[in-house]
Amino acid sequence: MIELGRTFFTTVWQTKAGRISLLLLGICILVALLGPSIAPFEPRARNYDVSNKLLRLSPPSRNHWLGTTLQGQDILSQILWGARSALTVGVATALGVVLIGVNVGLVAGYYGGWIDALLMRITDVFLGLPFLPFIIVVLSITGRSTTTIILAMTVVMWRATARIVRAQVLSLKEMQFVAAARVTGASDLTIIYREIAPNIVPLALVNIAFSLAWAIITEASIGFLGYGDPNVISWGSIMYSAFSSQAMYRAPWWVVPPGIAIMVLVSSVYLVGRGYERIVNPRLDTQ
Amino acid sequence: MNRYIIVRLIHMAITLWAMLTLMFFLFRMLPGEPTMTVINSSLSPQAQAAMRAQFGLDRPLVEQYLSYIASYARFDFGLSFQTSRSVSEMIEGRLVNTLALILPSLLTAYGVGAFLGAKLAWRRGGGLDTAVVIVATAFQAAPVFWVGMIAILFFSVKLGLFPAGHIVTPGAFPEPTWRMYLSADFLHHFALPFLVNTAYQVCFPLLLMRSSMLGAIGEDYVEFARLKGLTERRVLYRHAMRNSLLPMATTIPMILGWAVAGSVVIETVFSWPGLGLLMIEGVERSDYPVVQAAFFLIAVLTILGTFAADLLYGFLDPRIVYK
Repeated sequence: MIELGRTFFTTVWQTKAGRISLLLLGICILVALLGPSIAPFEPRARNYDVSNKLLRLSPPSRNHWLGTTLQGQDILSQILWGARSALTVGVATALGVVLIGVNVGLVAGYYGGWIDALLMRITDVFLGLPFLPFIIVVLSITGRSTTTIILAMTVVMWRATARIVRAQVLSLKEMQFVAAARVTGASDLTIIYREIAPNIVPLALVNIAFSLAWAIITEASIGFLGYGDPNVISWGSIMYSAFSSQAMYRAPWWVVPPGIAIMVLVSSVYLVGRGYERIVNPRLDTQ
Repeated sequence: MNRYIIVRLIHMAITLWAMLTLMFFLFRMLPGEPTMTVINSSLSPQAQAAMRAQFGLDRPLVEQYLSYIASYARFDFGLSFQTSRSVSEMIEGRLVNTLALILPSLLTAYGVGAFLGAKLAWRRGGGLDTAVVIVATAFQAAPVFWVGMIAILFFSVKLGLFPAGHIVTPGAFPEPTWRMYLSADFLHHFALPFLVNTAYQVCFPLLLMRSSMLGAIGEDYVEFARLKGLTERRVLYRHAMRNSLLPMATTIPMILGWAVAGSVVIETVFSWPGLGLLMIEGVERSDYPVVQAAFFLIAVLTILGTFAADLLYGFLDPRIVYK
């Protein structure tokens, strides 16, 4: 495990893009951990000026670096709080996606035959689900909470990972080490999880990174459409308030920061994944 | 090949049936009675029963399921809870509006992506290459609705160049006809969402084309074409680019389904009256027949897209053998 972490880190660190994105990702994680304690204001508190007037849509200033919302809330504090929601929802979804996807792919690819056919038909049904509309329908039925958002996103996202892993398993199971394990009398489960699965790990890690990037954008889209968890401050919900109150036309400082935060987080996750992908596919190195 | 198509068609039918069944139960899990919004409790019991009968909600579940499958197979989506109009009628124009926005964006994105991606790979490592790759990566990471809001702030609010939303000036065309899609008013409203959507869609084919071109440049046949004394232009367009188009081209149908599903957010930002916005409005008004039908059509486009992608792949790459 430590070995794996070290390889991951050194592989990504090799390129300039990899180093920059690792640093940016590190900052984002730090903000997610410390955000609420370094935020200068309560994110939902209404702020007043010296004459006790509500600071409605005040532009960036010394006190409020990124300005305030229509309700006089400090935008910087909201952004700092939002990092936590983006990363927890994203990481939980990515882990769920890879857990389901890898297992479905392993079983379908290894056993083949009717098990494979059945699992692939199920995957096809999920491939046909339009991701965002499906999530919105589910959330309108189950109610909006962080848990249901994570579950709904996992349900529509595991399918791609399953297909990729299955393709990899199909070629791995023809390898000699699998035949050798079979000769020694190893059971199917031992072969799947002891022999084949370790070879899938790099691919799974790349998939975690890409799923994480995608999950963060999707979480923001859900928030923007007004289906985010009402008790949680997320970058998507900040943009929803700015958009639905129509105040964004007068207050660019309200909409610009959450988008930039998403862009920084998503592109650094994506580039870290890209950097590590070179281990899975060394041909990429020539590029 | 024919057998392969038939097998794939059967798979597609199974997928559609499973999707319909999933939807049927999903929409019946809704809290409360689905008719609560239309069936006002102040109505007399007789009137309530009549309305239930009108929407077929008084019959047993199995019967409801069978008639639901039968009518969906005929693209008959029942009546809207909200307006009591035929859902098929409501949805038709919305589907056209969505496609009118998505298809031109996708075609432009793939055209520009193919040429620009090929050019960049040919001059890899140069200033333009680096700049475009950075911008494309950043754009891919930015939520498209946010780019839309920034575009509205800049082009509509600050510069006043384009309207901030809607498909035509409200009231300009009481009846949507083909004439509407050709009017200058439409194009004026179309420009901004089109640009934003295209800028977002172009990143994927561009980066994909660039990386498959980079793979092709190292191949023997490109080297051979050069040794034959062909011009650089000819080697680039006739040999390297042709072969690199394959991986990119096969993603078009899948991206179509994905773009239609993703259009929910872009239609919301630009108040574009398409399928996605109709679905969101339906959810807000608890108009389930409308939500169900919009969801179904989006899913059909996704499934058709995947099917077309599989066929296209075999058509474009003779090395693939169907069995």
